[in-house]
Amino acid sequence: MEFFWTYLWPLIVILAESVLLLVVLLVAIAYILLADRKIWAAVQMRRGPNVVGPWGLFQSFADLLKFMVKEPVIPAGANKGVFLLAPLITCVLALAAWAVIPVNIGWAIADINVGVLYIFAVSSLMVYGVIMAGWASNSKYPFLAALRSAAQMVSYEVSIGFVIITVLLCAGSLNLSKIVEAQNGPYGVFSWYWLPLFPMFIVFFISALAETNRPPFDLVEAESELVAGFMVEYGSSPYMMFMLGEYVAIATMCAMGTIMFLGGWLSPIPYAPFTWVPGIIWFVLKAFFLFFGFAMVKAIVPRYRYDQLMRLGWKVFLPLSLAMVVVVAGVLQYGHLATAAMK
Amino acid sequence: MIVAALFFYLFAGILVASAFMVIASKNPVHSVLYLILAFVNAAGLFVMMGAEFLAMILVVVYVGAVAVLFLFVVMMLDVDFAELKKGVLQYLPVGLLLGGIFLAELLLVVGSWVIGPGVPKAITAPIPTGISNTEAIGLVLYTKYVYFFEISGMILLVAMIGAIVLTLRHKERVKRQSISAQNARTPEMSMHVVKVRQGQGLGSNSTGSAS
Repeated sequence: MEFFWTYLWPLIVILAESVLLLVVLLVAIAYILLADRKIWAAVQMRRGPNVVGPWGLFQSFADLLKFMVKEPVIPAGANKGVFLLAPLITCVLALAAWAVIPVNIGWAIADINVGVLYIFAVSSLMVYGVIMAGWASNSKYPFLAALRSAAQMVSYEVSIGFVIITVLLCAGSLNLSKIVEAQNGPYGVFSWYWLPLFPMFIVFFISALAETNRPPFDLVEAESELVAGFMVEYGSSPYMMFMLGEYVAIATMCAMGTIMFLGGWLSPIPYAPFTWVPGIIWFVLKAFFLFFGFAMVKAIVPRYRYDQLMRLGWKVFLPLSLAMVVVVAGVLQYGHLATAAMK
Repeated sequence: MIVAALFFYLFAGILVASAFMVIASKNPVHSVLYLILAFVNAAGLFVMMGAEFLAMILVVVYVGAVAVLFLFVVMMLDVDFAELKKGVLQYLPVGLLLGGIFLAELLLVVGSWVIGPGVPKAITAPIPTGISNTEAIGLVLYTKYVYFFEISGMILLVAMIGAIVLTLRHKERVKRQSISAQNARTPEMSMHVVKVRQGQGLGSNSTGSAS
């Protein structure tokens, strides 16, 4: 009996929480996908998907069904194990990041001390899905795309790392809940970190676009040069897993931006009627605001050239974020001297 | 306690097995993938010891960056493994002999190793209670071991600069993109608008009639 309460019961609770999170997350992803297509269509004055269900609301589920019943084709020259492992890794890693994301006070499956580092580690592993897919396809275009995208993801990870460091310096903790709590100030929306760390917020947003291979940095799947990038040889459910992983990674980046810069579940106006709204609603609204930015960028910005992308990552963002780390650390360490001198 | 032990043996078992597969697998890309699996399991062992910061750094640095470069190199090199495996049986006795001597020497050295009486005390309670693992590392890294920390940083910097100096070649006659020149371009410099009359097209004298 004691064994049950110490070992099995926590396991059951964690399993139930995980299943709940996965179901909610996947339904949310289905509608994020639809929103992406609808926003894109609206910018181009089209209607977008509007046939399946009212206003096309069930389009994503119809797509899911279509991908599931199609026949998966494995190329004869492919390295079979690695070929099938690649989409699985992409999908599982993208979902695994959500284990630590707090969507409300205490609403995280694992509220670990090194939450930010965990997400950073998991998202740095995402590159393996791309490399493995490109290599295992045993075909030229996927291989070229994999090399390209690996270089891209590794370069932008560096600047994301420095952005995270500036936020950590301000919050004084690696725990995601504590980072949100550190932004809880009397000025509501103006005490969140997007204001003092505004350049870093912009750097984070653009790096997140590059890290998740979203347009204008979608050189991985630049159809004019590389057909469809590393996914050329994939179809049916393996392809669907890549797509799912990609969108979950985008949602993760939006959630991370929300936690680090937009005050997570905190209400923008810290007074009575607004603080009654459950935190998760604020969280979802903020995350969707960031996602709307992602979708608009996709609709209005033309694709970058590869050398421009590399220049932006290494010659603009890296020095800028490195300088900001020094500046932020200096202000935090010696800022009180300046305020004392003014008095 | 038994669950912790079970997880320890799970991680340790996979770690040893994948480390073996790194040297045993025929395809070099598979070797690197097994190496990554070994790293991840080592990170799991770190977490079990309560060193979660080290575990995450291990994943970020080794798996997220170093192993990607390994994979890059291995994927692009065209290694002929039939050639490499040719003389295995021929060289096996010599290899076994060398390995045996090395193992015996290691056993002799490690067998006579006496652990100092202060050491177990220092490693069993390294973290003061009340602060997190990350803070504890920061507190010793930037105070007690600050010189070692900075020297290792300098060594890495020197190695990086050395690698750049050794590989940097300014090739002649390579066309490069000049971003500032490209950004300085205006519409007037690169295009002019022409009004085309219907039925006449762009005749010999119409190019000058830009509106």
